[in-house]
Amino acid sequence: MLAQYSDWFYIAAVAVYVLAMVLHAYAQAAVRTRRPVLVGAGGTPADIPAAEEQPARAVGARAANMGVSVAVLGALLHLASIVARGLATERWPLGNMYEFISMITFAAVVTWLVMLRRVPAARSAAPWVLLPIVVLMTLGGTALYTAAGPVMPALRSYWLPVHVTAIAISSGLLIVSGVASILFLLRSGSGVPAAIAERMPTADVLDRVAYRVMIVAFPLYTFAVVAGAVWAEAAWGRFWGWDPKETVAFVAWVIYAAYLHARATAGWRTGRAAWINIAGLTTMIFNLFFINLVVAGLHSYAGVG
Amino acid sequence: MRTSPFAVLRNAWRGLTSMRTALVLLFLLAVAALPGALLPQRSLNLNLVDQYFTDHPDLAPLMDRIGLFDVFAAPWFAAIYLMLMVSLIGCVLPRSVEHLRALRTPPVATPRNLGRLPHHATGPVDGTPDEVADRVRALLRGWRSAERTEERAGAGVREFSAEKGYLREAGNVLFHLAMVGLLVGFAAGKLYGYEGSVIIPVGNQFCNSGILGYDSFRAGLRVDGTELEPFCLRIDQFEASYRADGQAADYRAEIGYQTTSDLDEGSTAEWRPATLAVNAPLRVDGLRVYLMDHGYAPRFTVTFPDGQQRTGEIQWRVVDPSTLLSEGATKFERPGITDEEQRRTSQLAITGLFAPTSSGGDVVTSVFPALRDPEVAVDVLRGDLGLDDGRGQSIFQVDQRQIESGALQRVARANLVPGQEITLDDGTVIRFDGVNQWVGVQVSHDPGQDWVLVFAIAVLIGITLSLTIRRRRFWVRLQAADTEGRTVVELGGLARTDRAGYGEEFDRLRAELLGPEKKDG
Repeated sequence: MLAQYSDWFYIAAVAVYVLAMVLHAYAQAAVRTRRPVLVGAGGTPADIPAAEEQPARAVGARAANMGVSVAVLGALLHLASIVARGLATERWPLGNMYEFISMITFAAVVTWLVMLRRVPAARSAAPWVLLPIVVLMTLGGTALYTAAGPVMPALRSYWLPVHVTAIAISSGLLIVSGVASILFLLRSGSGVPAAIAERMPTADVLDRVAYRVMIVAFPLYTFAVVAGAVWAEAAWGRFWGWDPKETVAFVAWVIYAAYLHARATAGWRTGRAAWINIAGLTTMIFNLFFINLVVAGLHSYAGVG
Repeated sequence: MRTSPFAVLRNAWRGLTSMRTALVLLFLLAVAALPGALLPQRSLNLNLVDQYFTDHPDLAPLMDRIGLFDVFAAPWFAAIYLMLMVSLIGCVLPRSVEHLRALRTPPVATPRNLGRLPHHATGPVDGTPDEVADRVRALLRGWRSAERTEERAGAGVREFSAEKGYLREAGNVLFHLAMVGLLVGFAAGKLYGYEGSVIIPVGNQFCNSGILGYDSFRAGLRVDGTELEPFCLRIDQFEASYRADGQAADYRAEIGYQTTSDLDEGSTAEWRPATLAVNAPLRVDGLRVYLMDHGYAPRFTVTFPDGQQRTGEIQWRVVDPSTLLSEGATKFERPGITDEEQRRTSQLAITGLFAPTSSGGDVVTSVFPALRDPEVAVDVLRGDLGLDDGRGQSIFQVDQRQIESGALQRVARANLVPGQEITLDDGTVIRFDGVNQWVGVQVSHDPGQDWVLVFAIAVLIGITLSLTIRRRRFWVRLQAADTEGRTVVELGGLARTDRAGYGEEFDRLRAELLGPEKKDG
């Protein structure tokens, strides 16, 4: 019963995110000329309407505002889906890959919405940020879908809410940061048609988004790995055993550490750092799909197949 | 031009401790760890490694030679992380010294031209320079600040320089030093720790007295097995509960144990009660005892034609974890035979499958993991088990070569439920008495792991401080204005770290001193 509602909320959330994407895309199509983006130090929300006074832009601005509101609605539906799933199964709703992806994408959407308040100039990146979220959720809701049910004894521990939630939230953050770095490279490179590139936020704004999200994501991800080690010590007899999932998590951690070092190294600060961030994101995605589904290990909880 | 050996060393050291080298080493570490996840590893699963050798007979030996099946023990992996550690220490120690020095020096003097800074503002305010100076001092509470007065163009100019966010560098240093500590703790565990696993039938006991007591034992490099922490353990009861679909719901074992001091005092009759469960090991005397797995041990009684009886109960191994279908071999030697040849050729083995909840029918299989309706499907083999040829033998199987050579022959085949028996051609009767349970227990010792946890927490604190705190500078210059009772205020701000947004804070400070809506720059 509740499980059914959870599934409906999930589907509704995906649909609403798609609608938000469409609205944002429409908002950008409505902008015909190069749009001045304010790159003040932490521009205030008041900057945006000032830049969009002409009527042609007013339509676009309304659509973009609606896009943000609709995304907020989607996030609420998404949250309702997660909560209903938890109530239906009477456990923390992070017991298989479907639930994990649901939590990651929810974290990514919330990260994006919070980021919009801090860096309003990043708003025009919305369709590109929502795209991977919608793709992930579609995959999660179809190929990886798992019916609501209890989990194996090893997963019944108070460390599950701590470790897996921290991993999911940090993964969501890292996705937003990684997408910002991809957009940064597209924006600053020449490979993208100007019509698309010019409608994105400036390279500087994208770079700032990537970094500001990362400085929250990295400590949280570190905490998640440490919490996992503490749990493994109680569950598997050792705190670290180079299980494939652990190894790839370690690899991703090292890559993100390299990103932070690159930010402090002359000549690596922007372009190369962005590439490193993308390498990190690739590793995280690899860890999510390949290691979960193909490589056998202790972390085989995907519940698929 | 000739370079002195000292210069070469110095350059090498500088190269090794540069940020760029650290970056390269981090990449190398990431790339080097990957095969550990993608290729089967001996430390995780020997069978998969063997399978890989079978599948790739040409490639596997070459890969093995460069350590690709033991990545985390490979010398090249160690080389990378040791270089990274040297680079880290070489980078962080000078920075710690520098930071300590910075903590004792006052903030840098106010730049002559504040208008060149990324954040700056200027404007006249009400109040004499003395009054404004008081306001500046109040505003800079919490900042490390210094005040200077300079004579310029005949008038006194007051300058404030302030800096905040020293904890950022402290966090950075803490993070890196804690990483070193964490690795040292990890290494200590690998050197002085050990891990043994053993199967114990319910009702039996086990003592941590030596490597031979274990079914498998992984010793640290500095552990020879002669000085294991004395400790004894007895399995009193084991309970597993399952959901209707056969998925496990819970496992727990009620045990008794005796600590090192119990054993030293000789109080071996007393057992301290404890419960082992999933996610809940027993921690005592620096040892951790885990409940790892469980299974069944069928019990058979053999009555030989001369009336002598022998009972055998040994663990069978799980073939299908979801239904606990098990296989094994319970072996017997006929008692009371003095002739060596005859003794050797009249051995018995009961091999086959055990189903805790039998499907019934001719082909026995298990349909549920709990002990509801047990049945065995066994072959009885008689002859020479090959136990005397000096080779080790699996306790779960008979030596297949003995069957192929005809030294061991099948003499009966039957499906038995508890209480049922079969009679062999020579009058020997084999009875399936019932089933006991066994638990797999792991005993671990890792003297480094508490330190690893302490350093991991320090790593977390360090990284959080160093990423969230912003190091920033703020300058104020006060100069009496032409009109009496007014002061010209010049402000400047500089974020010393990556762009993490100093703007908002600077705007707030500016608004405090100059009032709102006076944006310039």
